[in-house]
Amino acid sequence: MAWESGVQFMIKKEVVVIGGGPSGMAAAIEAAKRGAEVLVIDANEKAGGQLFKQIHKFFGSSEHGAGVRGIDIGRDLLKEAEELGVEVWLNSVAIGLFAEKQIAVETGTDDAEKIVRVVEGEKIVIACGASENVVRFQGWTLPGIMGAGAAQTMINANRVLPGKKILMVGSGNVGLIVSYQLMQAGADVVALVEAAPNIGGYVVHASKIARAGVPIYTRHTVLEARGEGRVKEAVICEVDGKWQPVPGTEKVIEVDAIAIAAGLKPLAELAIMNGCKTKFDPILGGWAPLHDENMESSCSGIYVVGDVTGVEEANTALEEGRLAGVAIAAALGKITAEEAETEKKKIWDRLDGLRSGPHGEARMKAKDRQLADFRQLSAAEI
Amino acid sequence: MALENMGYLTLEELKAQTVYPTEERFRKGPVAVIECTHEIPCNPCEGSCKFGAIKIGDPITNLPGLVEANCIGCGICVAQCPGLAIFIVDKTYSDTQGTVSFPYEYNPVPEVGQEVDAVDRSGKVVCRGTVVKVQNPKSYDRTPVVTVAVDLDQVETVRSMKRL
Amino acid sequence: MCLRVEDHVVLGKDEPGKTVEITVDGRKLAAKEGEKILAALLANGIIVNRYTVKRKEPRGLFCGIGQCTDCAMIVNGKPNVRTCITPVKEGMVIETQHGLGKRGAIHD
Repeated sequence: MAWESGVQFMIKKEVVVIGGGPSGMAAAIEAAKRGAEVLVIDANEKAGGQLFKQIHKFFGSSEHGAGVRGIDIGRDLLKEAEELGVEVWLNSVAIGLFAEKQIAVETGTDDAEKIVRVVEGEKIVIACGASENVVRFQGWTLPGIMGAGAAQTMINANRVLPGKKILMVGSGNVGLIVSYQLMQAGADVVALVEAAPNIGGYVVHASKIARAGVPIYTRHTVLEARGEGRVKEAVICEVDGKWQPVPGTEKVIEVDAIAIAAGLKPLAELAIMNGCKTKFDPILGGWAPLHDENMESSCSGIYVVGDVTGVEEANTALEEGRLAGVAIAAALGKITAEEAETEKKKIWDRLDGLRSGPHGEARMKAKDRQLADFRQLSAAEI
Repeated sequence: MALENMGYLTLEELKAQTVYPTEERFRKGPVAVIECTHEIPCNPCEGSCKFGAIKIGDPITNLPGLVEANCIGCGICVAQCPGLAIFIVDKTYSDTQGTVSFPYEYNPVPEVGQEVDAVDRSGKVVCRGTVVKVQNPKSYDRTPVVTVAVDLDQVETVRSMKRL
Repeated sequence: MCLRVEDHVVLGKDEPGKTVEITVDGRKLAAKEGEKILAALLANGIIVNRYTVKRKEPRGLFCGIGQCTDCAMIVNGKPNVRTCITPVKEGMVIETQHGLGKRGAIHD
């Protein structure tokens, strides 16, 4: 192996997947199952992404793992990948994606020296996931105020409570589920505020925390966090139809932590860096790379799956990953186009199912727009 | 509406929006009350019932419909529902009391015989209840199901218990 | 106040693991080998990891997955270590980071 000023060149793989969460692992498994040589790069010390924090049973079709807890889906994914010989680099961050499909990968933990390797993939899958949005209010930087995902990581992965009296901000599924899980870990959720007039997530999730006694305040926001060195009080208030605080409606709540669940945005930087065409769609969480029915981006051979292409949930991420894995296997000549079509049709049917119903409708339309935009782009280039 | 801004349904809303068991069925013994009103793409309850008492069909977002004649009130579906939205109500437990079985995923899990605070859909304590059964077999996959006996007039109100 | 989630209805009992000693700002603390430094500190009631460069404001856990750097501390003399993703090792010396963590320069 050649070394040049601490950088190790040039490792070649048929498929390199950036991100070992549900979508990346699913892509790796489907490609490896059909004979491709796959490397997964993951930033954490264990792959599986957020699945190992998701201790609840998943919705979906009973034919495809619904009713199974996220942690168990994660365990099975890692096991399957291992059995198929998928190579996984842990503690490894893709710090650059360059022409010729080369990825610079930095490996190591912050307390030690890191190494940098450059790996070239015939096909690349970008599956970096999403990051949490924040809500800024006076005092929001005080220790004890964190993303809801951070709180979930602490209780379910690190098994330590970030606080005992918690205010949750936001009523999407993340806010509702993490509230429930904080109580399962032994904390109290003293209130949940939601600026919109209605609860954002599934009502069954809201009902679980309602019957656990969590007061849900819709049309409310957090105005201020107070405390020295740690949040001790939260000031919440009503908001009017224009999202403005209504004077005189302030309430002071004693808290030792505030968790913010204000949605997520795609971690699309690598795709953008590489020149993949993106489009802004608020339903999908912001700027997301466009893709075709195979999840291939506007850059040939670079696939985008999971939250990177629009924030949804783990089930859709898994299916998008599978689509890319099958498409890649076909593109590499591991299976015939006909075999791939049959398999992809099944996956698309399941994806359509997951995006159906009143809660999925907006996402279904947004994903359809994304595909239509991609087609338009391709037509324009021809 | 309570559902969208409080997080739970009132009994009246539930009766209007779901296939709620009839009084006649309640009189025959334990039966499932399915409090799922949101057209979620989800169907494990349907597959979990060996008696064909829950129908969803196609599309998967159909609300689960109770076929009350087929339901024996066994409670298998209670632990299978990812939304924890199914309960078993038995109005025939005794002359004065009925039971409510609900999923309870908190530690500590109560013990049989224990007196607990029974709460309604909003989390408000409505009465005391006695734990008469706690089920947590492997097939329930870590969703314990607790059965609490309460006064008959509370069985349609009580949906959980205060955490211990 | 116990902040560790020792028993959990879904996750079961926490595995005790190997206890190691770490030093945090001169104080000896017990931690579990391999757990994240941040988790060990939280379990011991420490929630401030660093102070900002200009306003010297306290910062602690924010993203929990190595993205935001709010939990950076000095570990074995090396500044800017993201404690939420760095595992505890026996004998680690951990210090609250002031500013950029160049000792003597911005350090109080």
